[in-house]
Amino acid sequence: MTQTLTEKILSRASGKVVAPGEVVEIKVDIVAFHDLTGYHVIEVMEKTNMLKIHNIDSLVIAFDHLVPPPDVRSAEIHQFIRNFVKNFKVKNFHDVGYGILHQVLLESYVLPGHVVVAADSHTSTLGALGAFSQGMGASDVAAIVITGKTWVTVPQPFKIKLSGKPRDWVTGKDIALEILRVFKADYFNGMAIEIFVENPSSFPMDYRATVANMGIEMNSDTIMFIPDVVTVNHVKNTRGFEPKIITPDNNAKYIDEYTIELDKVDLLVSAPHSVDNVKSVREVSGTDVDYVFIGSCTNGRLSDFEIAAKILKGRKVKTRCIAIPASWSVFKKAMEFGYIQTLVEAGCIVTYGTCGPCIGGHFGIAAPNEVVVTTSNRNFVGRMGSPHAKIYLSGPAIAAATAVIGKIAEPGDVI
Amino acid sequence: MIIEGHVIKLGDKIDTDIIIPAKHLKYTNPEYLAQHIFESIDPEFHKKAKGAIIVAGKVFGMGSSREQAAIAIKAAGVKAILAESFARIFYRNAINNGLPVMICPEITKEVNEGDIIVVNIEEGKVLVRNKVINCKGITGMALDILKAGGLIEYLKNLKSNKE
Repeated sequence: MTQTLTEKILSRASGKVVAPGEVVEIKVDIVAFHDLTGYHVIEVMEKTNMLKIHNIDSLVIAFDHLVPPPDVRSAEIHQFIRNFVKNFKVKNFHDVGYGILHQVLLESYVLPGHVVVAADSHTSTLGALGAFSQGMGASDVAAIVITGKTWVTVPQPFKIKLSGKPRDWVTGKDIALEILRVFKADYFNGMAIEIFVENPSSFPMDYRATVANMGIEMNSDTIMFIPDVVTVNHVKNTRGFEPKIITPDNNAKYIDEYTIELDKVDLLVSAPHSVDNVKSVREVSGTDVDYVFIGSCTNGRLSDFEIAAKILKGRKVKTRCIAIPASWSVFKKAMEFGYIQTLVEAGCIVTYGTCGPCIGGHFGIAAPNEVVVTTSNRNFVGRMGSPHAKIYLSGPAIAAATAVIGKIAEPGDVI
Repeated sequence: MIIEGHVIKLGDKIDTDIIIPAKHLKYTNPEYLAQHIFESIDPEFHKKAKGAIIVAGKVFGMGSSREQAAIAIKAAGVKAILAESFARIFYRNAINNGLPVMICPEITKEVNEGDIIVVNIEEGKVLVRNKVINCKGITGMALDILKAGGLIEYLKNLKSNKE
């Protein structure tokens, strides 16, 4: 009998051989929450009268949504969670000024083959490492903190093959949008997407994290890159050891397969107000833009800032520009490479490790009728502020070129 | 569980930012949240929600993991949601907060705004104008959680049964 990666991980985590469609109880290797969902998780734990932590080593908490606190209520939420951390001696706690939860998990905690659940939908990001990762609500996460376990329906496996090499400036975001263009936002409901990269080095870890991050926008149950040399090198570089990796059996059964020829994928955007309203950048080029956001758990990594800096070097932005590396670690590296200086000289406001703009929380809110180009993950009505703002999603190359021109543009229009 | 109510019909891909925007997520108080459901498309929505059954298309509740989306809809008095499909996280959040949700692939074709319908959650059936529509009933642990009124009550019951 052959098994997919999903089936192998869930068989290990449930202690029995699983099949798609089955509901199984599984052990969770990493459970995590951030500030905005975390206080809710703790409230649920209090209400159950079972305020205990099953395994302190497996719990990770990072503040990112209300960072730094924009109002008293947000500061109170932080205070409440800090007290929990102190009372329960939580070890893996990252206060304001460290990084966005998914990036922190990618840099420091999750390993290939893990089961990861966090109280945030973009937990799908950890699929970049070949981990079975799912976002869940506060109640489910509270139950996992207490018991170490949860239940899942084993998803139907679907295989996507990436062949060839992306064109210049085309990165993970364009590939995520290509998947959404072809399949739309409801196709993968109930499925696990397993992505096989034919030439591992053509699709680095940063790109994989962007695609996996957008797995939730595809409404997949989970999305995973099948571990390869890029996965192994990421763990070696970030943790200092070589991980064991699990891969699907040859001839494992998938319900369907699809191949993306990377060199045929164009620079893409999602136009308002739906992630699967995907267009070639040329279909919308010249649209006036007020505000560009470069960053988030989707595109706040070093390669994103490398691309933005290449385009912004020696130029000035015409739009408002806010840039937010996903973590302190990314920010520091971007500083060492001179990317931060380039962005600041071009006129961008730069900070790190906050989700503020992406959720319309703080640090850059869109006004009615404003047009936003953002490297984040959702262009739903009202997502970044006013419900009358228009949001375009793109990768870093289009975002940076747009900031320079003041209208939706591609790198060729600037360089 | 038998539920009867009038239908409010919504479209495909109803996302959690539309149900309740992130600016309200610093609170979990159901009464507060209920005032704000669907406010960016219809500020009066909460006034007509009481006693209603929401009928919707594909991937209802897609997007964020915010449990307030389910809490708010329930607190506004919505009795159940029937949709062609649900986003995985929202579906779990609804059950965990005692809000009945059922997958009904044909529902939007058969039901109109304002219809009075009767829903049988265990059997997965909806009665509208003397016609029966088949849905995916709720069984097993999900039904137990729903009947307890949500995951918190379910876990409390488990604990007190053990003691």
